[in-house]
Amino acid sequence: MEIRRDVFQAIADPTRRAILSLVAIQSMTPGAIAENFNSSRQTISKHIQILSECELLNQTQNGREIYYHLNPIKMKEIDNFIEPFRKMWDDRFNKLEAIMKNYKK
Amino acid sequence: MENKTKIHAEDNRLDLLITREFDLPVELLFKAYVEPEIVAQWMGTKVIKLESKKHGSWEFETSDPNGNVVFKANGVIHDFIPNEKIVRTFEMENINFAPQLEFLEFESITDETSKLTMQIIYKSIEHRAAQLKLPFAFGLNMAHNRLQEIVTQLK
Repeated sequence: MEIRRDVFQAIADPTRRAILSLVAIQSMTPGAIAENFNSSRQTISKHIQILSECELLNQTQNGREIYYHLNPIKMKEIDNFIEPFRKMWDDRFNKLEAIMKNYKK
Repeated sequence: MENKTKIHAEDNRLDLLITREFDLPVELLFKAYVEPEIVAQWMGTKVIKLESKKHGSWEFETSDPNGNVVFKANGVIHDFIPNEKIVRTFEMENINFAPQLEFLEFESITDETSKLTMQIIYKSIEHRAAQLKLPFAFGLNMAHNRLQEIVTQLK
């Protein structure tokens, strides 16, 4: 089964939010990121994978090392927290419009 | 369809504006705010009480599929002019938010189209921010629930 990932899902987890705030300061290797947590490297690498799939993290290869850094464009989607509020009203009004069209002669 | 509903929320203000144009005559748009059965349909809530008149009051209640009440809100109507405006308060129960004041203006654009402008005024800037973030927070919960569902299916 394919799981569609979105940014909201990515930041729903406290460890992933912590990873984002780490790489926001500087690019880091997976090892350096993992050192900041008590969880196993494997667990952290899974979180990194999810963040990458959501395009919140970009990676660059530097010799043998992979460095992760924050994708600011994607972060902006999160910043725009007003969008779900707008969407909620838009959905309601679409429904209102559809219902009231039935009353038109 | 492009974004028909617009939210205008300037920084450091206590209010926000929601505007929307409808392919409906203003009479039908207004009717959608007055008839309890119709309000129930598009708001997705149970209308316990809706006295559409000056100094009337209203009460909504939403339950989950198991019948547990998940949302309760109420308020009073301060002004009511058919096809023109409704001024009312809105307060959620069992949640620590102050009531908000809502000005709803209904305008006719053509015989077949109309516009709604809703100005909501909050007690504080923090209160406004919290309200704006509610659906966002709910989205986060949904993501959580979806994850949980997926995990349960895998078991």
